[in-house]
Amino acid sequence: MAELEVPVLSVKQLNKQFGNGCSTCEDRESGDMVKNYCRECGTVYACRDVTFDVYQGEVLGIVGESGSGKSTLMKSLYFDQEVTNGEMYVAGFENGTKNVLNESAQKKRYIRNHLMGKVYQNPILGLKMNFSSIGNIAEKLISAGNRHVGSMETRGASLLEEVNIPIHRMKEEPKNFSGGMQQRVQIAKALSNNPPILLLDEVTTGLDLSVQASVLDLIKGLQRELNISIVLVSHDLGVIRMLADRTLVMLEGRVVEQGLTDQILEDPQHPYTQQLVHSLL
Amino acid sequence: MDNLLEIKDLSKSFILHNLGKNIQAVKDITIQIKKGEFIGITGKSGSGKSTILKSIYGTYRLQEGSIWYDSTHYGPINLAKATEREMIYLRKHEIGYVSQFLNVMPRTTARQLVTEAILEMGQTKEIAHMETEKILDHFELGRELWDSYPATFSGGEKLRLNIARAMVKRPRLLLLDEPTASLDHESKWKVKTLLEQLMKEGTTMLGIFHDLEFMNGLVNKEYSMKNGQFSRTIQKNITISL
Repeated sequence: MAELEVPVLSVKQLNKQFGNGCSTCEDRESGDMVKNYCRECGTVYACRDVTFDVYQGEVLGIVGESGSGKSTLMKSLYFDQEVTNGEMYVAGFENGTKNVLNESAQKKRYIRNHLMGKVYQNPILGLKMNFSSIGNIAEKLISAGNRHVGSMETRGASLLEEVNIPIHRMKEEPKNFSGGMQQRVQIAKALSNNPPILLLDEVTTGLDLSVQASVLDLIKGLQRELNISIVLVSHDLGVIRMLADRTLVMLEGRVVEQGLTDQILEDPQHPYTQQLVHSLL
Repeated sequence: MDNLLEIKDLSKSFILHNLGKNIQAVKDITIQIKKGEFIGITGKSGSGKSTILKSIYGTYRLQEGSIWYDSTHYGPINLAKATEREMIYLRKHEIGYVSQFLNVMPRTTARQLVTEAILEMGQTKEIAHMETEKILDHFELGRELWDSYPATFSGGEKLRLNIARAMVKRPRLLLLDEPTASLDHESKWKVKTLLEQLMKEGTTMLGIFHDLEFMNGLVNKEYSMKNGQFSRTIQKNITISL
C-alpha cells in the first residue's frame, strides 16, 4: 500500500452561528427553521458541521449560492472571526497536532502571517488603499517578521512583476488601480510570505471576462509553479471547473456534496447540485 | 491479479430529482480485461457505453458493483470505492482517458498542455520541454500549431493532441471514448497507427467505437451493448501488420 497522505489543512465539524440560539433551534434538524435561520430567535447558522481536508498542491473548490456560508467559512479559516466551535489543523503548525482554533490570538496571528495568504472578493478588505502597492506587500512581510527594507523592496517588486503590475506603478496606491489590478496586488500580497495555503474568496467576481481570465491564469500558473494548496470559493462553476481538483457544494451552511470536480459536474447527486449544474448549461 | 481490470456486476443509475425519475444507465456489467488487451465496445447511443468508461475513470459514482484494478502503486484497488485522492493519483499516473472532446484550460497552448502532463509525472523542466517537442512531432501536429491555442484546432488536430497528452503519461490503462468520431479518413488512419503502436508497447485499452470498420483489426474482443447490458461478445483473431 502507498504511504498515507497528510493533509495540509484539515477542518473538522466547524460551526459558526450568529445569535445565541434557543430551545427551538437547538435541535437543528427539526427546529422551526427557514433555511438556516431560526424563526423563533433569529439565529443564523452560517456554517454547520463543515468538514474537509486540503492536500498539498491541490485546489479545493467550494461552490454554493449566496448565503450558503462560503465566505463565513473562509473568514473562519483566516481567523477573521471567531468560530462557534470546531477543529482546524494546519500541517505547518505543531505538525498538525493542535487545534489551531483553540490557540491564543498571538499563535493565530503567527499562523495567518506565516502559513496563509488570503485574497478577498472586495479589495478594500485585503488592501490598504492609501498605502503604496509595494507598501501593502511590505506590511504582510513585516508581520511575517521581515525587517530588512532592501530585501522587502526587492521581494515586493518581483511579486508585483509576477502579477503583471508595471514596475513604474508599484509605488502607486491601489485606489488608483482598476479592479483587476487591485485583485492582482492582493494576490501578490497574499503570496509574499510564501504561504503553503492560499485562500481565495470570489476573486474574479465582478471583473470583466478578459481580466477574469488573466487573474485565473495567474492563479493557475502560481499554483503549478509553487505547488501551494488553494481553497477557492466561487459561485461560478466555470471557475471551479477550470481550477479545482476537488469540490465541495454548500447549501444553507452545510456541505451537501463533495467529490472530484468532474464527479460534481457530470454526476451530481444532491438535488441542489443538480439544479446548480443544470443552470450552468 | 491476473487481469488488469475486473468489473463485476456494475450497475449505475442516475436519479434526476427535478423530474422525479431514476434512469438506469447500465445493469450488471461483468467484464475482465487482461493486461495488454484491447477491448472494443459498440452499441447505439444511449446504450450505456460511456457510463462504463466514466465509471472506471471515477467520473460517475457507483451504487452497485466493483471495479478491481491492478495498480502498480496501490496493488489491487476497487475503483468503485477509491478515495478522491487515490483517483487523482491514478489519473495522473496510471489511467488515461481520451474523449472526442478536448477539455482543456482555455489559453493554454498545445505545447504547454503536453509539457504540463509530463511535469505532472515528476520530470524535470528540461526533459519535459524536449519530450514535448518529440511527442508533438511524432503526432504530426504542425509546428505552426505548437504555440497556439487548441480551441482553434480542427477536430483531427484536437484529437491527436488529446491522445498525445494521454500517451505521454504512458498509462497502463487507456480509456477511449469514441476517439474517431467526426474525423476524416486520413486522420482516422493516423489515430489507428498510434493505437497500434500503443498496443505494441503493452498498453491495455478499452474503447468505444461507432466506426466498426475502424475497430476491426484493432481490438482483441468486441462487446456490443443494448439497453445497458452486453448483448453479445465477439472474440477477434487479429494480426497487427507491421
